[in-house]
This record gives sequence, structure tokens and C-alpha cells, in this order.
Amino acid sequence: MNPDAYLAVSAMLFAIGATGVLLRRNAIVVFMCVELMLNACNLAFVSFSRLNGNLEGQTVAFFVMVVAAAEVVVGLAIIVQIFRTRRSASVDDANLLRH
Amino acid sequence: MIGSLPASLSGLAAEGSTAGLEATPASGAFSLMWVIIALPLLGALLLLAFGRRFDRIGHWLGVATVAGSFAVALWLFLELSAQPEEERAVSQQLWSWIPVGDFQADVALLLDPLSTVFVLLITGVGLLIHIYSVAYMDHDRDRRRFFGYMNLFVAAMLLLVLADNYLLLYVGWEGVGLASYLLIGFWNQNPVYATAAKKAFIVNRVGDFGLSVAIMVMFATFGSFAFSEVFAAAPDASETTLTVIGLLLLLAACGKSAQVPLQSWLLDAMAGPTPVSALIHAATMVTAGVYLITRSNAIFDLAPGAQLAVVIVGVVTMLFGAVIGCAKDDIKKALAASTMSQIGYMIIAVGLGPIGYVFGIMHLLTHGFFKAGMFLGAGSVMHGMNDQVDMRKYGGLRALMPITFATFGLGYLAIIGIPPFSGFFSKDKIIESALADSWWVGGATILAAGITAFYMTRVMIMTFFGPRRWEDDAHPHESPSLMTGPMILLAVGSVGAGAFLALGNRLELWLEPVTGFTEPVPPLPIWVITGITLAVVGIGVLIAYLQYAARPVPDTQPAGSLVTVAARNDLYGDAFNEAVFMRPGMHLTRTLVFFDNKVVDGAVGVTAATIGGLSGRMRRLQTGYVRSYALTILAGAVAVAAAVLLVRL
Repeated sequence: MNPDAYLAVSAMLFAIGATGVLLRRNAIVVFMCVELMLNACNLAFVSFSRLNGNLEGQTVAFFVMVVAAAEVVVGLAIIVQIFRTRRSASVDDANLLRH
Repeated sequence: MIGSLPASLSGLAAEGSTAGLEATPASGAFSLMWVIIALPLLGALLLLAFGRRFDRIGHWLGVATVAGSFAVALWLFLELSAQPEEERAVSQQLWSWIPVGDFQADVALLLDPLSTVFVLLITGVGLLIHIYSVAYMDHDRDRRRFFGYMNLFVAAMLLLVLADNYLLLYVGWEGVGLASYLLIGFWNQNPVYATAAKKAFIVNRVGDFGLSVAIMVMFATFGSFAFSEVFAAAPDASETTLTVIGLLLLLAACGKSAQVPLQSWLLDAMAGPTPVSALIHAATMVTAGVYLITRSNAIFDLAPGAQLAVVIVGVVTMLFGAVIGCAKDDIKKALAASTMSQIGYMIIAVGLGPIGYVFGIMHLLTHGFFKAGMFLGAGSVMHGMNDQVDMRKYGGLRALMPITFATFGLGYLAIIGIPPFSGFFSKDKIIESALADSWWVGGATILAAGITAFYMTRVMIMTFFGPRRWEDDAHPHESPSLMTGPMILLAVGSVGAGAFLALGNRLELWLEPVTGFTEPVPPLPIWVITGITLAVVGIGVLIAYLQYAARPVPDTQPAGSLVTVAARNDLYGDAFNEAVFMRPGMHLTRTLVFFDNKVVDGAVGVTAATIGGLSGRMRRLQTGYVRSYALTILAGAVAVAAAVLLVRL
């Protein structure tokens, strides 16, 4: 098994996710891209775990999943609220922090 | 020149007088000392605090308090003179004023021969002038307020002379300054008068500054400002310190006594009602400087440099005032210039040291009588002439105002020093002492006596003799007896005070324990000096006669020579002050304002603008777009990762 391939996939997924976060306006898509980045990290963790022959990476991957689940709960709630008040799911419309 | 005094004499004087009298605590009659000050103070409080309720009797209340004060003062004077000579100083500790550790300021009074003389002068002449004012201010609807201020003045002046330490003296010093300000500006509905009051107050502040710094230096040097402790410690202090204190006290004296260079306020102070000019700006307050120097004799005797400065100030002012007096057409201003000049005499005398203190005080007393009398006479003339003050509009008044003429005339004979009137005794003694000290001081005093004779004769002739140059609506008449009475009593003083004080050396013996006394040894026999002085006085009178009696007096001011014009303008004292102090001062303040606006405020403004501008720019980074923040985070993460990798490599 060649770990480099897994790591390369992980890096690619992360790059795609990051690009999506930066370029897409739709909050849902941005959100999914964030998930993509998290899962890219998970893949890297698991690969390193396998590579090093211990379970620490696997454990961290579970933690990341828990955090991601929690984040989805909160994040989706926020997105729903923003959509309700602004009739828009575009992240660029929620720019009140500027003021 | 002071240094030319035989050393033994100075030493003797220093030993004899610096310690002064040992004051004993007040008991018996002397425990009433505080009443002398309290009565007029109470009068002032009642008259000023209770308003129009006292309008009807206020003036008599004012007179009564001063009369009570005078009665107590007279009683205490008799008690004091009954004491043996070495026990003629009584102090009364009223209460502890500011007790803070080593700093002990007490409200304590000191009645000794020197302060007694002043208390009698202030309450005595003050009483006469209060009585006079009852009639003089009859038509003024603010007469009660006037008497309130006058009582305030008397109380403050009494505090000044009765204080037994410099700090309390300073309270009285400021008090008389305040009363003087209030009274000069009594008719402050006239802006010129209000300005004159402000001028007097501000010029006096310069002198007050000198006194306050002198007190600070005293406290720093001696750790006390009680007269007894300061004078006892003075011989141990360095001459430099004593000279500094002496010069600061001289500055204070210059302010209060209208001596050059702080003379400019006195002529304008004539804006006040005439009784004020008589009491405050002739008889009492303006002599406070003479009192201060005499009181501080222990310091001045040990500081020849300061004494020399005192004499120089005196000589300059004496001639300065005399020259101004020759050209003034306003009768009150002529008298005011004369006051300056006569106080110059006193300042010279007290600057001469133990040979002069007594004569300075003697001249102060006789001057208190004759100058107050002449001011009241001038007030009486103005009263009869619709408040006209221009002597060119007078003339020939002697027939219509015989009492005013007689009292003014006696004052006139006294001031020019005709024997046996009082000015003769006091002024001649000063001239003798001045000659004993040095030729130039003596010569200046004789010259000033001649000029005095000239300008006083001029006043006399222009007012009472010659053709009538009255305005059409003038109906001169003699003043009521409430006014002439005090004038007559003061005239009696003008005639007799000098002889009373000088014959039998009464005043010398009385004051010697406080001021010390050394017989002056003039270089000429006394009858020669008297002869020369009288001859110079005669020449002065003659010139005035030729100029103002033998020739008609124009009823408008003629062009006049360069000197006359200068004297009419107070020898450009105001112009000098304006050019040397006011304009540079204004430029300085303008520069400071400019500096404040441009540099201080500018620096603050530029800093604020820089930060504001910078933050305005920085603010643009905060777009509010989540994606841009994400980019920043990513960039940061990449940078950190890159840094870690670089370090690894």
C-alpha cells in the first residue's frame, strides 16, 4: 500500500474544499466545502495512523467527526436563520460585521 | 553712602534696635486690643450684609464704629504711655490660625509705640473723614455702601499695623488693597473710574507679589514670620538673604505707597470720592510702605544695599511727583502728585536707617494731617463748584469759602515747611538727616522742598486768588459745618502736630525702643540748613507768584513747554509701562496663544489625525465578507506552515 497516494488525495480534497470556501457564495456550498476540508484531514489522519502502525490518528479522526457533526448543527441553524431574515443564502450578503 | 556711616553707629543701632521690645502678653485694659479692629469690621459687615435696611442710619453707624475704635485706641495709648519704657509692647494672641507642624501662623496682635502711633492716626483722621463724608456723600444714594467700604478699609488698615507677624500683616495689606479698589471704583458706572480702580488693583498686585515672596524667603530662612522671631534671628542670616528680603519688601512698599516704578496708579486713583483720596490715598494706606520698612528696621539696618535702594527709590519718586505736581490742572491730581512726592520724603528718611526712621514717621503723621486737610479742602471746593476739578476754572474763592480757604491755607503753609507749622519740623529733620548721610540725597530733598513750594503756591493761587474764572453755572458757597468741622480740626493738626511731636523730642523718645535712634550729624550747622531750605522754598513761592499771580491764568490749558507736557502726562509713566510691560506682555501672550494653538494643539491634532487616518485605512480591511476572512486565515495558516517547513529545512 502506498501512503503517498492517500496523502495526495487528501491534499487534493483539502485544496478543492479551500478553493470552494473562498470562491463560492452559497452558504450551503461553502459549508459542504468546509466538510470536505475536514474529511480531507480525516483521510490524512487515518493514513498516518496506518503508516505509523498505531491508533492515535484514528482516534483523532473520530474527534473530528464529532466536531464536524456539532458544527453542522450550529452552522445549519445559523444559515437557516440568515436565510429567514435576508431571503438569501449568499455569504456576501451577511457582511454586517464591517460596521 | 550708607556704608559711609561710622561703623560704631550702625553697630550701636543694630544692637539697640534689632531685638526691639520684648512683648508681654496682654492683660487688663490691653486685652481690649482686638476691639479696635473688631468695631469697624462689624460696622462693615452690618452695612454691607444687611443692605438697604441700614440706609437711613448707616452713615452714623459707620462713624460710630470708628469713633469707638478711636476711643479704645486713645485709652490704650494712655495706658501704654503709663508703662515703663521697656514694657511698652503688648501682644495679644487671639487664636491659632494655621497650625501645621512647624508652620505656626497665629492671629496675634502687637501694640507697641510704632503701631500705637499708626492706630491713632488711622482712627483719628479716619474718624474726622468719616464725619466729613456724612455731609459730602449726602446726595449719593449709595452712601451706606460707601461707609461700609470705608469701615472695611479702616478695619483692614488697623489689622495691617496691629499684626504681630508678617502673614497677618499681609492679610491687612490685601484688605486695604481691596478696600482701595472698591472705593476708587465707587462710582463704577463711569467706565473710566472702573478702569482706574482696576489699574490700582493690578499695579498693587505687583507690590503684593514682592511682599508674599519676602514672607516666603523669611519663612525659608528663619522658619517663622513673627516679627519678634524674625528680627531676633536676622543678625545670624547672611547679608545677601537680608538684602533680598529688603528689596522684596521695598517692592511691596513701592506698590502700596505709589513709589517709582509702581507709581502710576495713584494719580488715576483720584477717581474715587474725595474723602477716599484724603483717607486712603493721602493719610493712611499709601503710608503702609513706610510702615513696612520702619517695622522691618531690623532687616534693613543689616542690609545696606537694600537701604541704598530704598533711598534711591525715595529720591526718584520725590522729584518725580514734585515735577508732575507742577503741571497738573486737576486739583486732586496736583495733590496726589504731591502725596507721591511727600511719601518719597518719608521713604528716603526710613531708608537712611536709625537716623531717619523717627523723622519718616513724624513726616508721615504731620503729612496725614495737612494732606488730609487739603484733600478735604479740595473736596469742599468741588462741593461748591459742581464737582469741577480744573483749577483753571476756579479763582478768587477765598472770599466765598473763608473756612475752606483758611484750613487749606494752613495746610499749605505746613506742607511747604514754613515755621512753625508742622511740615517745617518734620521736613527739616528729614533734610538734616539726608544731609548727614550724603550731599546728593540732602541736595535732592532741598530741591524738592523748593518744587513743593512752587506747585503748592500754584494750587493756592489758582484756587483761591486772582480773578474768577468760573463756569457760568457755578455758585460757590461754603460747605456745611459737618464738613468744615473736620477740616478745622485737621488744620489744627497741620499747625500744631509738628511742634508737638518734635519739641522735647517726644516722638523720638516714644519710638526709639522700636526703631532705634541715632542723632544725625549734618555737615552744616542746623540754622544754615534751615536757612538754605527756607530760601529755596521762598524762591519756589516767588516763581509761582510771578507766574500765576502777577500774570493772568489762562482758563484753558496753554501749549506749554516740553517738560510741562511731559509732566501733564505723568512724565510718561503710563507710556513707559505700556511700552515696556504691556506691549511686550501682549506680544508674549499672543505668541504663547499662537504656540498653544499651533504647536501644542497642533501636535495633538496631528497625532489624532494620523491615528484617525490610519485606522480609516485599516478599517477597509474589515470588509465583513466571510470569504475574505477565510482567505486571511488560509494565508496565515500557509505562512505558518511555510515557516515551520523552512525551519525544518
